Amino acid sequence: MTHAGHAPDHYYVPSRSYWPIIASVGLFTLMLGGATLLNGGSSTLLWTGLTLILITLFGWFGAVIHESEKGLYSSQMDRSFRWGMSWFIFSEVMFFAAFFGALFYARIYSVPWLGGESSHGVLTHDLLWSGYEATWPTNGPRDIGGFFAPMQPWGLPAVNTLILLSSGATLTWAHWGLIQQNRPQLLRGLALTVVLGLLFLSLQAYEYVHAYHALHLTLGSGIYGSTFFMLTGFHGLHVTIGAIILSVILFRSLAGHFTPQKHFAFEAAAWYWHFVDVVWLGLFIFVYVL
Amino acid sequence: MSAASHATDHDHDHDHGPAQGLSRWLLTTNHKDIGTLYLLFSLTMFFIGGSMALVIRAELFQPGLQIVDPYFFNQMTTLHALVMIFGAVMPAFVGLANWLIPMMIGAPDMALPRMNNWSFWIMPFAFTLLLSTLFMPGGGPAGGWTLYPPLVLQTGQAFPFVILAIHMMGVSSIMGAINIIATILNLRAPGMTLMKMPLFVWTWLITAFLLIAVMPVLAGAVTMLLTDKFFGTSFFNAAGGGDPVMFQHIFWFFGHPEVYIMILPAFGIISQIIPTFARKPLFGYASMVYATASIAFLSFLVWAHHMFTVGMPLRGELFFMYATMLIAVPTGVKVFNWISTMWHGAMTFETPMLFSIAFVVLFTIGGFSGLMLAIAPADFQYHDTYFVVAHFHYVLVPGAVFSIIAAAYYWLPKWTGHMYDEKLGQLHFWLSVIGVNVLFFPQHFLGLAGMPRRIPDYALQFAEFNMVSTIGAFLFGFSQLLFAYNVIQTIRGGAKATDQVWEGAHGLEWTLSSPPPYHTFTTAPEVK
Repeated sequence: MTHAGHAPDHYYVPSRSYWPIIASVGLFTLMLGGATLLNGGSSTLLWTGLTLILITLFGWFGAVIHESEKGLYSSQMDRSFRWGMSWFIFSEVMFFAAFFGALFYARIYSVPWLGGESSHGVLTHDLLWSGYEATWPTNGPRDIGGFFAPMQPWGLPAVNTLILLSSGATLTWAHWGLIQQNRPQLLRGLALTVVLGLLFLSLQAYEYVHAYHALHLTLGSGIYGSTFFMLTGFHGLHVTIGAIILSVILFRSLAGHFTPQKHFAFEAAAWYWHFVDVVWLGLFIFVYVL
Repeated sequence: MSAASHATDHDHDHDHGPAQGLSRWLLTTNHKDIGTLYLLFSLTMFFIGGSMALVIRAELFQPGLQIVDPYFFNQMTTLHALVMIFGAVMPAFVGLANWLIPMMIGAPDMALPRMNNWSFWIMPFAFTLLLSTLFMPGGGPAGGWTLYPPLVLQTGQAFPFVILAIHMMGVSSIMGAINIIATILNLRAPGMTLMKMPLFVWTWLITAFLLIAVMPVLAGAVTMLLTDKFFGTSFFNAAGGGDPVMFQHIFWFFGHPEVYIMILPAFGIISQIIPTFARKPLFGYASMVYATASIAFLSFLVWAHHMFTVGMPLRGELFFMYATMLIAVPTGVKVFNWISTMWHGAMTFETPMLFSIAFVVLFTIGGFSGLMLAIAPADFQYHDTYFVVAHFHYVLVPGAVFSIIAAAYYWLPKWTGHMYDEKLGQLHFWLSVIGVNVLFFPQHFLGLAGMPRRIPDYALQFAEFNMVSTIGAFLFGFSQLLFAYNVIQTIRGGAKATDQVWEGAHGLEWTLSSPPPYHTFTTAPEVK
């Protein structure tokens, strides 16, 4: 080659890998197990699949971390990871958008129409449920799930908002520590973020118990219960995943994996955490307050 | 190749060629291997979905019920759609993207090669899950591929299998799309600026964006179906304050961009092939790019034209009607550009070109019937009739499928190093183009006369056109065996193809040998 002196970065194409096919078998087993369980069968396959997926996560990410530590990844690889993570987060945004869309559609259209407001001749109200008054929260004209009380925003949910927002701040503080090579600040910031995340999850769990027992608000409480629990539930799942990712980043920081120049894993985790944060703000406003 | 740049992968002996045996295909991270897997998977699904279509057409050969019972008929219509959309057309385009995009932009491989393997290998498992429902008590899903509640909630044991299979297909598509975007945005050779990219790469960039934007919405919609069925939620239950129509809105917010996911890469393929055989550069390259982007943008604003008759405020009907008609503008730009490319060209008519010209003519017919369907008051007459079936089959079969076949003939010599049998290819073309029109054109008349879709029996006045349509279906279906035979023969051997293959072919992939080495562009080429 003529320009060996300044050859472009070599793009690392990984060698053959067992992980994707194990992940496919794992996903298949998990889905097969899930469907079997929903049809009233046993849960053995479900747990087998989940175990395979967990093994894959350890093995696959382990391999990536190993390659990264060996210095196989060029700056171009780094950009591929960045694009990959950004578009993955965008796909997550669109997943939540489906559920927010359901919430808005119910509140703006379907519930008022059921209550008799009709700009285009919907007769459901007149023909089926003429006694139904459109309000929010509601469990519909048939009172599906029975009487319930809605979740009040300005108690625990407001505290949780503060906790999650603070965790975003502590994470940024940790990032500054990483960039300025202030190791104690990095570790403290990360640990604090994980703790705040776990605190948030505990309070959410407490809130769910409170909802089911004290408020009689369940997943089956009509459209309000459906949107409330599906939105907060999927958000909680994402906080859980985010906390696990951040814990891994904490362990990797303890092992001294990151440098001020090269720490994309940290940044990806932080992007994910901020995304979860922003979703919560949407939730707090549209599910709890309004 | 400089010694320095290769120092890092001396421990990977696979770099010199593929491994032997089954493990090559199971463990591969090579974009060409994965492309081949996708394409062969797609071809298999094409024949499975096609067999289902022939069951449907055989039952409709005559009025009355004679071959299958109505419930099985409904399973066939439902699974035919799911298999063809998610199993045949989409994986074929992803396979083409895998093979071609790295070679077209001068990249060593896809950006995330291991994830690429995972994206593919999810698919066979997902379709095992889906098709296994046919053997369950109660059979497969029978409520239509659109999965409208409350009907779909009456599905028996098959229900969770269908939903979870769709989740798996979604995971695969999203990862595939992320990989394609990352590859295009990050792995282009020096000098390959965005506005120098081949049109196939451009259309896939935009398609990948659509996939990432809407597949998660489908995931959300089917998750709500699952919880409505098993966990007592009321998303689509009016008694609980939900609305079955809400499902249709969420579904078609996915569904309309989805149909462009199945046609934009086809536009890209046609924009590669026509200039080659017209021996002229593509007319209006930049306008092609902008038209593709406009179509993608508009695809998010037109979903409710699939549900004009379901009940919507008048202003909604009007908005969706006009927004839909707007799409005819960028689409017209494309058709105009293809024709202008051919204008005064030194044209020859090899098989890929024949399929491409048929694409331009027949896709446009599908576009015009789409324009008719876009007129809300007229759609009240056409809705759920065979006119709709004729419309979307014109855009999907002589549209998307013809483009895939054209692509296969066009690039097969590059991939395999052998020329396909041109005579057989032309025979395949003429049988296909006649078959497809005999099959679908009469369905326009059936629809306008009021024959409903998804019905195994019909009134006597529809008998003649149905008989003609079924004859066309069997002609078209069995002609595809010629295609499979031709492809297999080309893989096994045949006349040696040159590197450029076609006299008028331009682009980086034609600078490589035929077949290209297992790893190409490990050092990026310089694009002037």
